[in-house]
Amino acid sequence: MLKDKDRIFKNLYNDKGSDVASSQERGDWVNTKEITDKGRDWIINEIKESQLRGRGGAGFPTGLKWSFAPKEVGSRPHYLVINGDESEPGTCKDRDILRFEPHKLIEGCLIASYAVQAHVCYIYIRGEYFVDGQKLQAAIDEAYKKKLIGKNAAGTGWDLDIYIHYGAGAYICGEETALLESIEGKKGQPRLKPPFPALIGLYGCPTIINNVETIAVVPTILRRGGKWFASLGREKNTGTKIFCISGNVNTPCNVEEEMNIPLKELIEVHAGGVIGGWDNLQAVIPGGSSMPLIPKDKCETLTMDFDSLMAEKSGLGTAGIVVINKDQDIIKCMARIARFYKHESCGQCTPCREGSGWMWRMLERMAKGDATKDEVDMLGDVTNQIAGHTICAFGEGSSWPVQGLLRHFKKEIEKRNNLDPIVQKKNNIPYLVDQHLLDKKNA
Amino acid sequence: MSLRRPAKDQPVSFEFNDLSLEAANLILAKYPEGKQQSAVMALLYIAQKQNNNWIPLAAMKYIAKFLDMPYIKVYEVATFYTMYNLAPVGKYFVQVCTTTPCMIRGAYKLIEACKEKISDNECELSNDKSCSWMEVECLGACVNAPMMQINDDYYEDLDKQKTLDILDKILNGETPKPGSYRGRVNNEPENNRKTLMDLKNA
Repeated sequence: MLKDKDRIFKNLYNDKGSDVASSQERGDWVNTKEITDKGRDWIINEIKESQLRGRGGAGFPTGLKWSFAPKEVGSRPHYLVINGDESEPGTCKDRDILRFEPHKLIEGCLIASYAVQAHVCYIYIRGEYFVDGQKLQAAIDEAYKKKLIGKNAAGTGWDLDIYIHYGAGAYICGEETALLESIEGKKGQPRLKPPFPALIGLYGCPTIINNVETIAVVPTILRRGGKWFASLGREKNTGTKIFCISGNVNTPCNVEEEMNIPLKELIEVHAGGVIGGWDNLQAVIPGGSSMPLIPKDKCETLTMDFDSLMAEKSGLGTAGIVVINKDQDIIKCMARIARFYKHESCGQCTPCREGSGWMWRMLERMAKGDATKDEVDMLGDVTNQIAGHTICAFGEGSSWPVQGLLRHFKKEIEKRNNLDPIVQKKNNIPYLVDQHLLDKKNA
Repeated sequence: MSLRRPAKDQPVSFEFNDLSLEAANLILAKYPEGKQQSAVMALLYIAQKQNNNWIPLAAMKYIAKFLDMPYIKVYEVATFYTMYNLAPVGKYFVQVCTTTPCMIRGAYKLIEACKEKISDNECELSNDKSCSWMEVECLGACVNAPMMQINDDYYEDLDKQKTLDILDKILNGETPKPGSYRGRVNNEPENNRKTLMDLKNA
């Protein structure tokens, strides 16, 4: 287990307050000027050395992303946008940062803004988190009052304004370009890439977009050094991560742990074990609903980081772990996830708009046992028609969980759905439209 | 995408009151000059708050004029995002999360409770027209499942009986206390905490 002194989010459970004074006791806002005085290149290099990867799901190296921002500010201003649209089923980590560790985020915004030369930062929060957003707003107001942000923020000589922009219940706005469209006051439909937001983003200006957790860990990394962060976890999968463990466990919780921690340890130690015991485990969704599930036998030895989950044809995603035990109907669980994607598709690309509904309807029938045998393969075919054929990654996100189900629980589906659609010749049904085809074949 | 239609009975006109105007002007100041369209989402929220939890078409027209943008663009935004209610939902709007993490912890029991107390169908006003309920997608409080949202507040760690009690309260016009209904502190593992103990005991 990670030592307490190496935990970044010490107020994850709100034992202490979230105001400036108690945040300073935890080390936030102490000598922020010293960090910025070391310069942009030092900050970006230190983040590169820490091998921090984005915490929003895709796991893109943060230092590299920051280095894409133009070195000189031209006629267009730079923007920093924080993605707090957390809507992935199984994930609720950003909410705790917004309400309990807001100053880690705000200080991170200042340092990141300085590094990418932005004077304005927008924090996009999902509309449902209105109450948590108000807590962040209160923290921002306090920071303004104490001159930690605003003109000459925290004495660094850098001017920074932070604004909150609320979403309104669209999952797709977690996709970075859809998020930008949403801030511009349009429907949240993703843009084609390239051009990438680092060059043409918000209002057509260079924009760096990072997840809440990514930005919130930045000040601690710079204080304790990139080497310290890189010493946790393993190569290319470094540092700590907030895991959200939900579903059929005895004590569902959020917990900050080291990367590469065994899944079994997370479930048994922190989440109090699977309801009904470890043997009652059926499957685990390791990284939010978009990631393919992993059956029990692989959960024994699985470690939680980007690359080892990739090797299992799944992914760490947002580290929202959903534990499903044997009391649940796995096909129904996945049908419900398919319904989520049907509901949240933005409707821009045809394969996703039509395919997500198609997958949902097929899975609903399969859960009831009303599907025919060959529909199982057809379902796999539909997922392949969606993944990779859409503007954004939603296509992959909606079809991967279904592919995961087919990969590991195909037998279960086939056992339940054994209708045979081919009418045997012996059953001479006069009103069958294609009876003549059968006749011809045997003529 | 879900099917969303504006209500049949629409008020003829809509205007921001002084409080809303003040809030709207604060919002406008957040965005660069000439980019006032960015404020449309926040302004729709303000209209929704002023108009008893739903947005009439007249409000969309008003906001379009206010921001100097085409009405259809406002209409697009209002119909795209699901948190804008296009028809009356009552003073208390109950949203029950039924996505998989909540579902496997018994979210449909909460739906039963809503059907018993509020109305048989979702998006249908209760007899006294004070509230309605709706099944929604993940609300992002998965470790506190099952949960529901009433207006802005989250009610977490529920079961059927607790939901019935909460609904009784709102039908009586009270606002129940938000948060966990099993008495647990935020997102910590209930009676099983193993981290940051010296802070907890301090």
